Amino acid sequence: MRSSAMRDLMAVTARPEVISLAGGLPDTSTFPPKSFAAQMTRIAQESAAEALQYGPTEGFEETKDCIVEVMGAEGMLVDPHDIIVTTGGQQAIDLVCKTLVDPGDVVICEAPTYPGAVPVFCSYQAEVIQVECDGDGMRVDELEKLLERLRGEGRRPKFIYTVPSFQNPAGVTMSLQRRQRLVELARLHELLVVEDNPYGLLRYGGEPLPPLYQLDGGDFVIYIGTFSKILSPGIRLGWAVAPPPVMEKIVLGKQAADLCTSTLTQYFVREYFAEGRWRQYVEDLVEIYRGRRDTMLAALREHFPAAASWTEPQGGLFIWATLPEYIDTGDLLAKALRADVAFVPGQAAYIDERGRNSMRLNFSGVSDAEIREGIRRIGAVIAEQVELYEALTGEQATPARRGEADGADVLPFRKAGEASG
Amino acid sequence: MKVAVLKGGRSLERGVSLRSGARVEDALGRLGHEVVALDVGGDLVKRLSAERPDVAFVAMHGVGGEDGTAQELLEILGIPFTGPSAAACARCMDKGLAKNTIREAGLPTPDWFAFSQAAFRELGAADALDRLEQSLGFPLVVKPSRGGSSLGVKFAAGAAEVPQALVSAFSYDDRVLLERFVAGRELAVSVLGDEALPVVEAIPAQGDSYDFEARYEIGRTRFVCPAELDASAGTAVTEAALATYRALGCSGFARIDLILAADGPQVLEANAIPGLTDTSLLPQAAEAAGLTFEQLVGRILDLALKPAVA
Repeated sequence: MRSSAMRDLMAVTARPEVISLAGGLPDTSTFPPKSFAAQMTRIAQESAAEALQYGPTEGFEETKDCIVEVMGAEGMLVDPHDIIVTTGGQQAIDLVCKTLVDPGDVVICEAPTYPGAVPVFCSYQAEVIQVECDGDGMRVDELEKLLERLRGEGRRPKFIYTVPSFQNPAGVTMSLQRRQRLVELARLHELLVVEDNPYGLLRYGGEPLPPLYQLDGGDFVIYIGTFSKILSPGIRLGWAVAPPPVMEKIVLGKQAADLCTSTLTQYFVREYFAEGRWRQYVEDLVEIYRGRRDTMLAALREHFPAAASWTEPQGGLFIWATLPEYIDTGDLLAKALRADVAFVPGQAAYIDERGRNSMRLNFSGVSDAEIREGIRRIGAVIAEQVELYEALTGEQATPARRGEADGADVLPFRKAGEASG
Repeated sequence: MKVAVLKGGRSLERGVSLRSGARVEDALGRLGHEVVALDVGGDLVKRLSAERPDVAFVAMHGVGGEDGTAQELLEILGIPFTGPSAAACARCMDKGLAKNTIREAGLPTPDWFAFSQAAFRELGAADALDRLEQSLGFPLVVKPSRGGSSLGVKFAAGAAEVPQALVSAFSYDDRVLLERFVAGRELAVSVLGDEALPVVEAIPAQGDSYDFEARYEIGRTRFVCPAELDASAGTAVTEAALATYRALGCSGFARIDLILAADGPQVLEANAIPGLTDTSLLPQAAEAAGLTFEQLVGRILDLALKPAVA
């Protein structure tokens, strides 16, 4: 995050009494400690020396086999030689930027974009241009116009960064038509697309869509994946798939950064996949997260004002809510923290001043009860702001909450605020 | 000596406070003191009673630590502490209260009005906004009454922007100030004991002085210390700061923020516990006066143990 005042606010969200919907945490409490212990014991007994040693910069062949399996589950065929194992997906983003971006280069991404990518782009001094998203993901028609404009100015973007499935933070998914068009555009303009796909397997509804990597065959698409959301973020294991000339440079960058990815956690993944139950574990997570998403959507309908809107994600970890324009969610966070609840202000997902009235809400890392209580508290502080604004401007309250057609159980919005205390 | 460093707490400025505290702990350690680090919470009194420190170094910012709450407890427990007294902290923390005191002392401060949320919700204060805006003119500054950093501070260029700015400011406190905007150079004077340290000037990099956030983004504001002031301006600024410090009843240290306008300095506010991080203004000013951070911390500690020199 660019603003250190905002960063200080986020420091307060870590207090234990705060219900934090600000994180992006998978629920690791669902992983059985017994099998974790058994796998680590096996490593200690059978390959302690190797597991405690350095490994190859590109990662172990066995890890890559697991990655081939994970990508295969989403219909992608990949040559293990094109894979590099990284310290989380975040390092893959960093290495791609390190390899491709010189100061002043144009990088295109979505608006809003993954908040964790913003500081990476900024640290390589990229000129970031954001293309608006709607319910079908990145507006590829807007992208086309942008590419034309840039061509007119004699500038070539270094790459287009996108999270096409269950996007962080917006929760939206790029439609098949747009995916096809994006891949076409990449070919036409000979441009690289960086597809970041941490959530593809966490689908709670709708039909699976082919990843860009599959549509393109890997010519112009650099793919970034991770074990963080399907196994554990604590093991810090991710990967990148890139065409050979780019991969060579990425490997050099990786060598400079940290020589190799943790050997121990690669051994852990190898053991875990050997048991053959990873798909079932992902299915279990999907069941849990689907329930939490539904809980959050129901709570939003109950507690957020009529003037608010939000996305209804078919997968992933996040809902993106947008409030009336006069509410700055950075300031709202200060008020919410006094009520011991936190979210990510929308501004974190933008380079410019947009997103100030939006917020990212996470439903995967918190219990159903916390989700209900957290959303109720946020709804109450929004209600106070709405009421105050109306008192200041003389504008009238909108009586019913959003999505409540039958008047029977509709409470005046003000009531919801007062009930909270 | 056994020194308890009070830091953190529930304030929105928790992050800065933890950084200030950590730096102070390092310095105290190097000075040979026994350091007890306390992240302030519900067990503060218990822990202080158990530890029995000789002195407490208060490195808390914002509500709870800079507003006199922690100081009040320290006074009850009879533990000497750094910085201003509980009463002085409370006066500095509430900008409306502080400005009243400053004006009563005959010192210049920009015109302002202070409102509670209740005034708007229950007394229809919105109907008075027109007159108030006429009196203050545009742009005007809207700020939460209590709050140390620039959080929630907004400029309203015209009447249409005032409601939104008020909603933002009320997110931080139940009282807000609407203040006349005074154009000029932004200065900060740190006072240590009864002496003013060299003046710091904040210079926005892109000349957009309306953008308060610029101050908190790396590289967008440049700090110059000592500020380049001619002798008479320098004296006027320093004297206004010292008079403010005395009027508010500060002791130990404090930082006074001012605007140097065409017709002289205008006092904006006083910070009872200024930041002590490696980018904070008080340590910069101390350095310009030839004090290392250790010497600064040592001097602040001495002032806590031997007050009332005057």
